[in-house]
Amino acid sequence: MKAPSFAYAKPGTLPQVFDLLERHGDGAKILAGGQSLLASLNLRLSSPELLIDITGLPGLNGIRIADGKVRIGALTTHRQIEQSSEIAEHLPLLAQAVRHVAHVAIRNVGTIGGSFALADPAAEYPACAVALDATVVLAGSKGERRVKARDFFRSLYETALVPGEIVTAVEFDAIRPNFRSVFLELARRQGDYAIVGLAAHAKADGSRFSDVRLAFLGAGATPVLAGNAMASLEGKPCSADVVAAAKEALAEDLDPPKDLTTSSAAKLHLARVLTGRALAALSQ
Amino acid sequence: MDHALDTTMILNGAPVSRRIPARQHLIDFLRDEMGLTGSHLGCEHGVCGTCTVRVDGQIVRGCLTLAVQANGKRVDTIEGMSDSGELAVLQQAFHARNALQCGFCTPGMLMAAQDLIGQKRKLSREEIRAHLSGNYCRCTGYQSIVDAIEEVLQTDVPHGQG
Amino acid sequence: MGKAELPLHAPGTKTGRGYIGQSTPRANAKRLLQGRGTFVDDLRLPRIAHAVFFRSPHAHARIGKLDFSTALKAPGVIGVFDGHAVAEYCKPWVGVLGHLKGIKSPPQHAVAIGRACWQGEAVAAVVAETRAQAEDAADLIEAEWHELPVVTDMQAALEGKVVIHPELGDNICFQRQFVTEGFDEAFANADVVVEETYDFGRHTGVCTEGRAILADYNAAEHTLTVHHATQAPHMMQDIFSRHLDIPESNVRVICRDIGGSFGIKVHVYPDEMATAALSVMLRRPVKFVADRLESFLTDIHAREHRVTVRLACTRDGDIIAFDLDDLTAIGPYSVYPRTSGIEGNQVVNLTGGPYRHKQYRANMRAVFTNKNVTCQYRAVGHPIAVALTEGVVDIAARKLGMDPAEFRRRNLIADDAYPYTFPSGIKFEKLSHHQCLDKLLALMDYERLRAEQAALREKGIHRGLGLAAMIEVTNPSPAFYGVGGARISAQDGATLRLDPAGMVNVLCSVTEQGQGTEGIFAQIAASVVGVSVERVRVTTGDTGVTPYGGGTWASRGAGTGGEAVLQAGKILRSNILDVAAAMLNEDKAKLDIVNNEVVDKLTGAAKATLAEIGRVAYFRPDTLPMRFQSELTVTRHYTPREYGFTFTNGIQASWVEVDVETGFVKLLKHWCVEDCGTIINPMLVDEQIRGGVVQGIGAALFEECLYGEDGQLQNGNLADYLVPMAGEMPDIVVGHVETPTLGSELGAKGAGEAGTAGASGAVMNAINDALAPLGAQVTAMPFTPQRILEALGKA
Repeated sequence: MKAPSFAYAKPGTLPQVFDLLERHGDGAKILAGGQSLLASLNLRLSSPELLIDITGLPGLNGIRIADGKVRIGALTTHRQIEQSSEIAEHLPLLAQAVRHVAHVAIRNVGTIGGSFALADPAAEYPACAVALDATVVLAGSKGERRVKARDFFRSLYETALVPGEIVTAVEFDAIRPNFRSVFLELARRQGDYAIVGLAAHAKADGSRFSDVRLAFLGAGATPVLAGNAMASLEGKPCSADVVAAAKEALAEDLDPPKDLTTSSAAKLHLARVLTGRALAALSQ
Repeated sequence: MDHALDTTMILNGAPVSRRIPARQHLIDFLRDEMGLTGSHLGCEHGVCGTCTVRVDGQIVRGCLTLAVQANGKRVDTIEGMSDSGELAVLQQAFHARNALQCGFCTPGMLMAAQDLIGQKRKLSREEIRAHLSGNYCRCTGYQSIVDAIEEVLQTDVPHGQG
Repeated sequence: MGKAELPLHAPGTKTGRGYIGQSTPRANAKRLLQGRGTFVDDLRLPRIAHAVFFRSPHAHARIGKLDFSTALKAPGVIGVFDGHAVAEYCKPWVGVLGHLKGIKSPPQHAVAIGRACWQGEAVAAVVAETRAQAEDAADLIEAEWHELPVVTDMQAALEGKVVIHPELGDNICFQRQFVTEGFDEAFANADVVVEETYDFGRHTGVCTEGRAILADYNAAEHTLTVHHATQAPHMMQDIFSRHLDIPESNVRVICRDIGGSFGIKVHVYPDEMATAALSVMLRRPVKFVADRLESFLTDIHAREHRVTVRLACTRDGDIIAFDLDDLTAIGPYSVYPRTSGIEGNQVVNLTGGPYRHKQYRANMRAVFTNKNVTCQYRAVGHPIAVALTEGVVDIAARKLGMDPAEFRRRNLIADDAYPYTFPSGIKFEKLSHHQCLDKLLALMDYERLRAEQAALREKGIHRGLGLAAMIEVTNPSPAFYGVGGARISAQDGATLRLDPAGMVNVLCSVTEQGQGTEGIFAQIAASVVGVSVERVRVTTGDTGVTPYGGGTWASRGAGTGGEAVLQAGKILRSNILDVAAAMLNEDKAKLDIVNNEVVDKLTGAAKATLAEIGRVAYFRPDTLPMRFQSELTVTRHYTPREYGFTFTNGIQASWVEVDVETGFVKLLKHWCVEDCGTIINPMLVDEQIRGGVVQGIGAALFEECLYGEDGQLQNGNLADYLVPMAGEMPDIVVGHVETPTLGSELGAKGAGEAGTAGASGAVMNAINDALAPLGAQVTAMPFTPQRILEALGKA
């Protein structure tokens, strides 16, 4: 199927973007990598009046490390993240996660900003951002604001972006010494959206669980931080009983929506399996 | 608001300027406007990889790229990369091993394969399979394709590397 | 030995067979590798118009008012038509065959009239200057729908509380019952009876190239030229002629490159018939290419079966009887002209196929539902018959405590028992089950894998090994379709011509879809005539040019078309020698053709090149004896007659690891040993088999058209319908046994469907072998993580 007709603009500055967004309101859509947007247009799932191509904006592309923070510009592609030695060193969780994002030809074009703005609950980065308590940087005509990832993802495909705003960057704390990250997901085929996945991060003490963060993808309308499971682990020894209790506690944290072939109960089971595997890796 | 835009790209090494409807994706432009019918549409929603072409040296999904987005960029297709000889070694290996049947996915498959060739390092069969995991072939069992690429990579990698 | 005596199926030898048995790369791959193929959508004709179909969003609904007024005003629109308008140019059809007793189906129109019976059925056609404009206009059609009760469950369809076509009385399209004398006694006396019910998910072909047709009606000549992605150009020529009322000789169907078919492109599709009618109506070329979404909704589906099978055997492990009960749902119409009764019929024919029991009972019903139609897709019925047979065979072996390979060895029909008549009535000329089994076990190192499996189980790693023996239908005789009244040819023809420059030109009625048909015809022609393969050009897929024939389906291309090429080649060779003898004034019996030259048969001394023969025959016949006329164009045909089908056989094995925590299956390796008779090109055969195996793996692990109770297809796109990709597929080892058919001189059977026939059963048995120690098994394909977890009691 062919996309319905739309207009296209490629502004060179952020104010021009804001101006276009203001003038066209809901009729305008931001085009960054376009790997989800253009697919949805080719399926005629939406019919925007205008696509605003932001890939010509200066300053939104690239990875910057400063003061223990990793700032990733919204237009940074999955491929750049995959190939970045800085990401591998300072954000191992993201480095592990990006390998699960679609396929090379899509990773070459798709952007981190797009992944956040689309807010697909089965996407990898949002769960990583929630696990790492990242900050999403938004900009609009009234200026810039920063929103914690856990507050950014509101519900299914809904974010804290208000009309006229775009995502300009995501900021993560670089991994600290003695901390460890594990990203696991279960997808039927390489590059598919996962049935369920887990971004896990903790202080790697080897004997006790501490500062454990467990964020699930594909397990709710947004990335889900498993607060009860996390609390059950805090300060406890790395034992089978403790892990079993954390898995048990997931029932309070997750109510995964079924998908075409996987029931909610099976997803909860799989989330528990991933939890066990992640905790084993974190406590090594 | 512009529903069609003047666009200039370097297509297979030569500059091309056209006024292109905004909604037209790169593959329709190549096929319908430029007569380059070697790039195919298999699903038109970004899954099958049949439409893989190269933009500014990187492989992309042609159906998920608007033709107007190629403005100011280099676009390489199966026709150009065949004529330049860039794909010759891979094409020979594919031919010798019958790494294609109907040939519909083949241009996209070759694009994905060529993307590996420049890496100059030995890759396992699993790594080759992973790299091709976004390119659908219904005819072969993928094995002859993996074999052909593996063979080219082995001759491509200088001794002592990998 | 002279080529004239070329013993193509000399047992155990590969010498003296020319290119037969050689892995010669095929010439036509070169253009495809450079993107220089010509698929239907690549053609550019003047005044071409694009058709798009407005399709029913409902699974079953009466069509109220269709308002085209806004659509007609949209930019670029040439016309918008409903079913009545198209029906004035295209007669409806009924998908029944005379020899499938009792099969019934209502008349079907190119564009639905009055009622839509599945989601996606075309109810209006839009023609515009571009595809995008036609789609824009289709979005502007306003339709009034009155929804009707929907039948999606096949058991409910059988019960018939709602009858989809009231005029037919019930929802049963076709049924077949069969029982051998002594069946009841066999089961009554059996020591061991095992039973299982298997579900086979509905899936589809997913050719990379969508269905495509470009119809070009020339009103001045009343001719219709159709560029068509079809497997059966002559069949389509006949159908366009009869349904559009154009003399057959005025219809030409051309198939250039085709992007995969697998049975999908051998049927009559309403939207394609409508496109041809639109070209007549508008007197200009009209093109329709099914996009991926339309493909999922309207390409034939296949394999929705629920089957209960019972096996009776002695305590010593001798199988004595099979009992089959198959229910299958085929959608709202039986597909024209091959019908939707064939798949179920094949399940009846083939269940228990490799084994030597004498008793068999079968009950099969094909019922109408409000889902897309089903019909013949690669390996028609085989994957079902093989999986349920091999599944229940494994259950019996397990119950008897016998090794599954041993149990099979005990029960497979002996290699010296042929000719053999199977209880279902089908006849086998010569099969090689035991040779294949032995070769397979050696190839895979069965004992070592069993030891590895046992050792890993100790460590909590669950690997499984699954076997699946199979028989496969190839080269059908006229008894398959022709006797039932279908104008589908079981014979094929080949024309060979020596050109003046010494090249051999081959025209054949069998088409090329990528299997390498043209490549093997070149190999056969080169071998038989005595030229090098580079000197052969092959043309297929043009009813205006090639001899008449059936085309490509049922693994018949090599066996049927190849034999026609061989026979024509023998005569051409003889005719060339006639010219040479006349030209050289020598005894024909002393001459031979070797490597593009006429030579002295005894000494091998060169006498004349074929180019020289061609020059004299075409340009200087005045130098030949007065009454001599050279005949350097020869046509021969071939029809398989002796047996209803030329059966092949083989066996597959799958080695998997099941993650019993997640229900994920990792395919570690796969083996297939196949006997396709004479192998013309091992390289082509091997990758054919592998491609087929991968399609069978798709059925086992990934593929299913999921419908809701409302008859809506829930995963009709390539993101949600999972096809096998490179990342998950294993390496596949292929081995061969060669038992040529004696029905032809070439001896080739067929290889196109064997991989698909056995793979899903082998994978199923491997998974169940891995799960057996845990007391679990799966029986519903595809084996998703969900289903495996359920079997393990974890979901």
